[in-house]
Amino acid sequence: MLNPISLAFQKAKQENRAALLTYTVAGDSSKRQSLDILKSISKNADILELGVPHNTPVADGSQIQTSAYRAIKNGIKVNDIFKIVKDFKKFDRNKPVILMGYYNMIFQYGENKFLNKCKLSGVNGLIVVDLPWPENKNFAKKCKKKSIYFIQLLSPTTTKIRLKKIMKDSHPMNYFISMLSTTGGKLKVSPNDILKKYTKIKKIDPKKEIVIGFGITEKTIGKLKSADGLVVGSAICKEISKSLRHRQNPVTNVSKLVKKLKSKIL
Amino acid sequence: MKIKKKIPLIDQASKLGFWGGKFGGNYVPETLKKPIEDLEILFNKLKNDKKFIAERDKYFKNWVGTPTRFIKLKNLTNHVGGAQIWSKVVSDANGGAHKIYNATVHCLLAKRSGKKFIIGDTGAGYAGKMLSMAAKKFGLKCKIFMGAKDISRQKPNVKAMKKNGAEVIPVYSGSQTLVDAVSECMRFWVANCDTTAMCVGSTVGPAVFVRICGWSTSQISRELKVQLIDEFGSIPKKLKLYNCVGGGSSSFGFWNEFMDYDKKQCEFIGVEAGGPVKSKKHAAPLTYGSKIGILHGAAQYVNQDADGQIEETESISAGLDYPGISPLHCFLKDTKRARYTAASDEDALIAYKTVTKFENLRPSLEPSHAFSVAIKEAKKLSKDTIVVVNSCGDAYKDREILKKRLGKKYVKPN
Repeated sequence: MLNPISLAFQKAKQENRAALLTYTVAGDSSKRQSLDILKSISKNADILELGVPHNTPVADGSQIQTSAYRAIKNGIKVNDIFKIVKDFKKFDRNKPVILMGYYNMIFQYGENKFLNKCKLSGVNGLIVVDLPWPENKNFAKKCKKKSIYFIQLLSPTTTKIRLKKIMKDSHPMNYFISMLSTTGGKLKVSPNDILKKYTKIKKIDPKKEIVIGFGITEKTIGKLKSADGLVVGSAICKEISKSLRHRQNPVTNVSKLVKKLKSKIL
Repeated sequence: MKIKKKIPLIDQASKLGFWGGKFGGNYVPETLKKPIEDLEILFNKLKNDKKFIAERDKYFKNWVGTPTRFIKLKNLTNHVGGAQIWSKVVSDANGGAHKIYNATVHCLLAKRSGKKFIIGDTGAGYAGKMLSMAAKKFGLKCKIFMGAKDISRQKPNVKAMKKNGAEVIPVYSGSQTLVDAVSECMRFWVANCDTTAMCVGSTVGPAVFVRICGWSTSQISRELKVQLIDEFGSIPKKLKLYNCVGGGSSSFGFWNEFMDYDKKQCEFIGVEAGGPVKSKKHAAPLTYGSKIGILHGAAQYVNQDADGQIEETESISAGLDYPGISPLHCFLKDTKRARYTAASDEDALIAYKTVTKFENLRPSLEPSHAFSVAIKEAKKLSKDTIVVVNSCGDAYKDREILKKRLGKKYVKPN
């Protein structure tokens, strides 16, 4: 059976649109609420990225940091995250879920044990921010054996030769970082320039899906909609923080935001 | 796991940057792969380039001020009654601490690579102060990331940074100390690596930063070796080198040139920060058996919980208040070349009092940790044993803490 991630891209292509990927932090602001958020956005999002919160995140901007610290403060543990995924999959079995996090969390859990748990709970893909190629070669192989996509990150600083090598080893989905920034930065490059680079990468292996992330908001998402997929993370985390500040329900607010994001790429 | 002889320890890492197959590496976001690779190529070329070495030595000599003194602490030796206690007064260096070596080299490298901006992290404020000095000297614009807690407890160094024209950026995340400052600095680099050079303030971070810092601080042991031979005619038969260990830059630099000696002749003792006696928190991952984890791009022993969240540390000394430790020290520990122990906040304060009572030397709270263990152990050692303590920082920056904990008379007015 094809990985649900690939099926999600197929479906979006049939509808002639980019796939919408959302990122929320597991356990933000509580275990229950983050599950409710996933459930409420799953009809509009094609792929759900779930962040594994870490307290020394070297690539995340303030919005995701705030969400991660909040989740950790509220007691989220790695096992709870698997539980959230499992519970979510009972609700929507076919919606692909990707865990995104930092390598130390996997390292402490044990790579094999972590992957077994991923498989059991229904995780379909992994993004490990600080495990770049070629350091990730072995782990990516282990993922493949479990039919879990290991998603390679590509950056504006990735050289041409390196791009080719990474793409050659990569699984069917990859992630292009739009600009030099931590997550949630203001888009400081024009969408056209981002798409130019995206197209160059796409040409290396047109069969592989490339999503674009970092700096994508309600305002910018429409201009990038020719990509295979677009990831929105910090904007959603920001919405959760804002809702909490205003004593509003994050679940309904995030759900509304995701619906709006979807409408911009149709 | 074994240390190779005749090869500098910084060059004993594997191609992927691992010492002993498991410490160090480059656990970094993809965006940093290229700038790190560029820096590696540049450093590997320049570290063997005679012209570059001559340039470095010129600045070390005329600007940093080399050699720093190597002095016998006669009164302290008499008071303790055991081994001879000596000190390498690295706080003589321009700016008052060993951090100047790494800062100077990073600025020289930044100049070579055509960068106009340089950023750095700081805990005690010395790494930041020295980077701001060097940046000013070499015409680079400088930003220093510093935990908000450290900003308030190390004010004199913050003032110095600002005076040197650096922008001090307070970091409010997490424990608001060094660990958060390093994270924030790395984040800034992720977003600005095309125009900006990064200086990691200790022998931590991705492998190339460990190597550059170790290469730079090794000046300390190069000088000491000459000074020992001048003083004793040869390297003493029983030599013990005590140094505090936070990230591990001063201790590595203090030991490097003696790496190939048998440890029976030349023993290395690293003293970590044990934190307050009454607290469970500490900054001593080697002493208290922390597990290997990944922090700031490198695998190392690090204080963390079972899930892999980095734990908060606690120490009176901002410069040692770091949950991890250099991969070099992890390697030295596992190969048993160096021995590690810890001193508490209270131990360090007592040692500070003792040293300042007997000698005209004011070690900052960081080396006071080393003095604490050196004094205790020297008592039991023979008179022909040479104990050398690296007094790697001056206590001026700690005046407020010392005033609060020990009273006014322990703070000299200046």
